[in-house]
Amino acid sequence: MRNGILISDHQRARGRAAGRRQALDHSRARRRRRWAADLTGWSFAGPATGVVIGLTLFPAGWAFLISREHWNGIAAPRQIGWDNYRTMVQDPDFRSAVDHTVLFTLLYVPVVLVLGMLIATALNRRIRFIAFYRTALFVPMVVSAAATGVLANFVFDPQFGLADNVLRALHLPRQGFLADPHQVMWVIALIYLWSDLAFSVIVYLAALQDVPKDVLEAARMDGATRWQQFRHVVIPTLAPVTVFVGVWETISVLQIFELVLTTTHGGPLGASQTVVYFIYNQAFRLSRYGYGSAAAYTLFAATLIITLGMLAYSKRGKVGAF
Amino acid sequence: MRRSPRFSRWHLLLAPMALLFLLPLAQMVLTSFTANGDINRFPPRFFPSALHIGGYFRLFRDAPVARWMLNSAIVSGVAILSHLVLCSLGGYAYARLSFRGRTVGFVTLLATIMIPTQMLMIPTYFMFSKLGLINTLGAAFVPFLTSAFGVFLMRQFFLSLPRELEEAGRIDGLSTLGVLVRIVLPLARPALATLAVFTLLNSWNDLLWPLIAINNPKSFTIQLGLLNFQGAHHVDWQELMACNVVATAPLVLAFLFAQRQFVQTMSFSGLKG
Repeated sequence: MRNGILISDHQRARGRAAGRRQALDHSRARRRRRWAADLTGWSFAGPATGVVIGLTLFPAGWAFLISREHWNGIAAPRQIGWDNYRTMVQDPDFRSAVDHTVLFTLLYVPVVLVLGMLIATALNRRIRFIAFYRTALFVPMVVSAAATGVLANFVFDPQFGLADNVLRALHLPRQGFLADPHQVMWVIALIYLWSDLAFSVIVYLAALQDVPKDVLEAARMDGATRWQQFRHVVIPTLAPVTVFVGVWETISVLQIFELVLTTTHGGPLGASQTVVYFIYNQAFRLSRYGYGSAAAYTLFAATLIITLGMLAYSKRGKVGAF
Repeated sequence: MRRSPRFSRWHLLLAPMALLFLLPLAQMVLTSFTANGDINRFPPRFFPSALHIGGYFRLFRDAPVARWMLNSAIVSGVAILSHLVLCSLGGYAYARLSFRGRTVGFVTLLATIMIPTQMLMIPTYFMFSKLGLINTLGAAFVPFLTSAFGVFLMRQFFLSLPRELEEAGRIDGLSTLGVLVRIVLPLARPALATLAVFTLLNSWNDLLWPLIAINNPKSFTIQLGLLNFQGAHHVDWQELMACNVVATAPLVLAFLFAQRQFVQTMSFSGLKG
């Protein structure tokens, strides 16, 4: 009479116990499955996540601790609170490194944005030799900072260099280039542009493919000039990419180091010392690890603030960096 | 847009730019084949009077360049292999598997993209020294074993694939790893190629990590070797440019053969933010 209307209490109790047991088995199985899923998930995601955290977050935390120490790397570190940061603010070497870096950024980023957009627009045409132009303009991006630096030393050599030969051929006054404290940052900016322009051009070129063709067509029908089409259709489409490239270039230029190392070592007379070169010099030449870390943290904080600021600004303005 | 028969004004911008960008590289190659007497001549000339390969002979005699190239090849090889494996696994987990801590893990990973590497050179140096990596090739490849960007790239690609194939694989009794290796990865070749090129560019061209951690010339990568060679031979331009050509040629040749892939990789790293 299991399915009947009359079920004895006894039978009912037995049914409930079985149900409970079943539910228990069920939840135990579910828990076991969940554990298995966690195990699989983390055995897939764990190695990559762990290595990345070990190589970034962990040292970033450590760097903060070091930045509050007086440490030459050998003797026991001494806790000195914020002293490194206080010294740094008044250090004329650090200040000039900041000046050079900021100047470089202000000079370089607008140029690379405008030139990147311009060259991308040009390369987007189907004209003769376009494949050659692309290859020529993109190839420097695979040349390393070390090779670029060594090559630049030759090109801008005041005696045998290509740049000097060109000036001589044009009967222009000869220049000191990398040896002239007033020119050195400009020359480095030019070299960096050579190796870095391809990036912004490629990103813009990809974005140009998203410019709505029908809108351009409509604008042309309405009698818009080429410039008007560019100004009112193309540029608004490129705005988000411009914000991205701007942020990206700012971050990478604030960290410029390897090119300085391979060309001038911060010289002449410290005229091309940048912030990261300053950090490298303090830590690995002068063994002032705490002081170097304080400068590194300051740079990190500044980078973060600038990045977030630019992103927030572009969100509020809607049109992006324009 | 039809190829216009008219002369385009864009040539006036592109031609000088292209020339300006190629000239330094052309001069590098030509100088490496020019005898030093020729380089110092006045008035200077762009093309050498005779091809002279002595610079390369002197280069391989004076410095263990072959060893440096081998070291760099090992570093890039290990980096690429490890990138492909770890980023595929990680990307697949964050795209398809559900497990506790997934969101936290992924957000943490993305947040690390904001940390500039240069900032980490001091603690990383001491980490390397604790791990016994100083003066070993490990110092050059450990930073490139995997990357947040790589995991992100693979995840995005996996998300774009249809789930049905994977479900069919599950019904046929494949394990999670089996589904990834037998079904998903063969479809992911374009993403894997992008990841490989990205890692090749970064690891082959890196100077920072070997610079701070490697002092022993036997363990130099070609980039660090080139830098040190410049310090020692800065008057012998022919030999120095020969060294520069050797260091640069592999990637330039790779670029010429697979330009499309390189450009695609660059535009993908453009999507990083």
